[in-house]
Amino acid sequence: MSRLAAWGPPFPAAAREALHDPQLRANLAAATATIRDRRAGAVGEVAEWEQLREEGRRIKARTLGDLDAMLERLERAVVARGGTVHWAPEAADAAAVVLDVARAHGADEVVKVKSLATDEIELNERLAAAGLRAIETDLAELICQLGGERSSHILVPAIHRNRGEIAALFRRTIAPGLDSDEPADIAEAARAHLREAFLRARVGVSGANFAVAETGTVCVVESEGNGRMCTTLPEALVTICGIEKLLPEWRDLEVFLQLLPRSATGERMSPYTSLWSGVAAGDGPREFHLVLLDNGRTDALADEVGREALACIRCSACLNICPVYRRTGGHAYGSVYPGPIGAILTPLLRGPGEADSLPYASSLCSACADVCPVKIDIPRILVHLRGRAVATSRPRAEGAAMRGLARVFADERRYARAQRLARRAQRIGARSGLMTRLPGPLAAWSADRELPEVAGETFREWWAGRGR
Amino acid sequence: MRIALLVTCLADTVMPQAARATVAVLERLGHEVVFPEAQTCCGQMHLNTGYLPEAAGLARRTAEVFADHEVIVAPSASCVGTIRHQYAQLAEETGDEDLARAAAELAPRVFELSELLVGVLGVTDVGAVMEARVAYHPTCHSLRVLRVGDGPRRLLEAVCGVEVVPFEDEEECCGFGGTFAVKNADTSAAMLADKMDRVRASGADVLCALDASCLMQIGGGLRRRGGGPRTAHLAEILASGPA
Repeated sequence: MSRLAAWGPPFPAAAREALHDPQLRANLAAATATIRDRRAGAVGEVAEWEQLREEGRRIKARTLGDLDAMLERLERAVVARGGTVHWAPEAADAAAVVLDVARAHGADEVVKVKSLATDEIELNERLAAAGLRAIETDLAELICQLGGERSSHILVPAIHRNRGEIAALFRRTIAPGLDSDEPADIAEAARAHLREAFLRARVGVSGANFAVAETGTVCVVESEGNGRMCTTLPEALVTICGIEKLLPEWRDLEVFLQLLPRSATGERMSPYTSLWSGVAAGDGPREFHLVLLDNGRTDALADEVGREALACIRCSACLNICPVYRRTGGHAYGSVYPGPIGAILTPLLRGPGEADSLPYASSLCSACADVCPVKIDIPRILVHLRGRAVATSRPRAEGAAMRGLARVFADERRYARAQRLARRAQRIGARSGLMTRLPGPLAAWSADRELPEVAGETFREWWAGRGR
Repeated sequence: MRIALLVTCLADTVMPQAARATVAVLERLGHEVVFPEAQTCCGQMHLNTGYLPEAAGLARRTAEVFADHEVIVAPSASCVGTIRHQYAQLAEETGDEDLARAAAELAPRVFELSELLVGVLGVTDVGAVMEARVAYHPTCHSLRVLRVGDGPRRLLEAVCGVEVVPFEDEEECCGFGGTFAVKNADTSAAMLADKMDRVRASGADVLCALDASCLMQIGGGLRRRGGGPRTAHLAEILASGPA
């Protein structure tokens, strides 16, 4: 069964590697702080922001609670407007639709709008295996594609690279003559490279930010306009849309088109908001295919605590505020969905026993929950998934230690004895110099911090003495 | 008022001075403090590491030990947060209806120290004296789980001789996070390093917080590096008197 791809070592090891890259740390700290502060400004302008969040949460909860009926409504609306709807239970099914459409149009390449759903199903790799070239047209996605790298941020895929690195990459690949690392010159080089691709493309591929069940309308928001090129110039358009992307009614866009741009880029409105419903004669693609992608979502929906994660609108505000993400970057999460939302979404979409290190990749500081535009209680779901991880993988040494501690805490006399024992062990350890090379979790602590000392007199000892 | 102290296993064992100071402040204000000796741990570590049945046992036990106490105080935002906000989830996850009832009954009676002083007792000036430049680190669970607001800062500003000094990114996590600090030790240490740099740049003599856990993390880091401010729980500053 093909599911959301995950790769690399467990989070702690992958993070360690990233933490040792000072350039990456600096790039991330600067970029996330900029977006974070811009978001705070844009959100601060809206007096009714909290009501908007609550409304967004409510609409998403209603949608997820009645998803099968909403999906059928969407299908009817799309078909009525001349589109074709495909149901893709898994990644390979969705990729097959793109392949079929491309072949039917005699295309050997497709132009792509930035899309997480297509990254999730590894569409580019699947198309390449069938001899078809996928051209990323979002500037940051293009940077990742040219560099042979994966995206490290939901919204800003090349956030781990600075402009000097990007200019060097372009010189090696699409723009040998580029002699500047000014943003305008880099963008101009990309424009020249992409313009040709737009003009010859027969098939465009997009994701969807929203799909309106009532009208069959797909909505994509973006900053560059390259997405609109892909959705309007080619003769055929395939949109791959996760089944959780639905909104019941057209009027619901009012809420989400306020929540998303302000949360994502700190803008009042995205520079390009494209909306299309089926096909329109003489305007845009003559053929429109909507692929409704499950790929683990139905299983996530069945998780009563976790299902809330499917309300995510991929704004990435939780990444930019997360003290873990801001230091490790996105690659450490080993998934197209990094950061706090990825730490819950990846294990939910992959299923029990999978990506078990991710729910632990958080200090549960709750900063993510405070900025989430649809009020997903990420810390709560992290704890829930930790419970699931322990219940399915049953870590032996840790489990024994935790059960032992629970037994100690179950009786105050046993607990007081353990305190005295720890104090004695600590004194022996200090005398023998053992404390500098401790085993297991204590070593992890004491690599960068002094170990706390068991007090010469615990509080309960002091209290007992005081009463006498 | 008769106030029961929920000392927390951490303060009891490694930071008893914070618990003793909590008792001292409340007694100085004329309240009676009692210490239910059967208490051990609220179960936070087990819960946040995913050991839900074990955590539920400790939660039930905590609710039982404090069942007859009308006002309970803890010198820890994260333990109060666990009881007030997470016990309900724990009851739901483990399908324990008795715990759900006990948790709902316990939650409104438990207060973090600054909440009790400012919110319940209506006090901001506790008569403390201390000459120090204090950097106040708002711990994640006090700031975003309990939402204690400006109470701690007002308490500090009312201490004779204390100057509260700001530092960069105050509201960012120190990297402790319970078992996160050992499971993801490198990431935790990277978060800690930035926190220490910022605290030191403030020129503070004392770093203050509401949680023994975060003080253990930041204090442990500062002691390893050498130099920088000393750490003190809010209660310790509030309990200090003229030299």
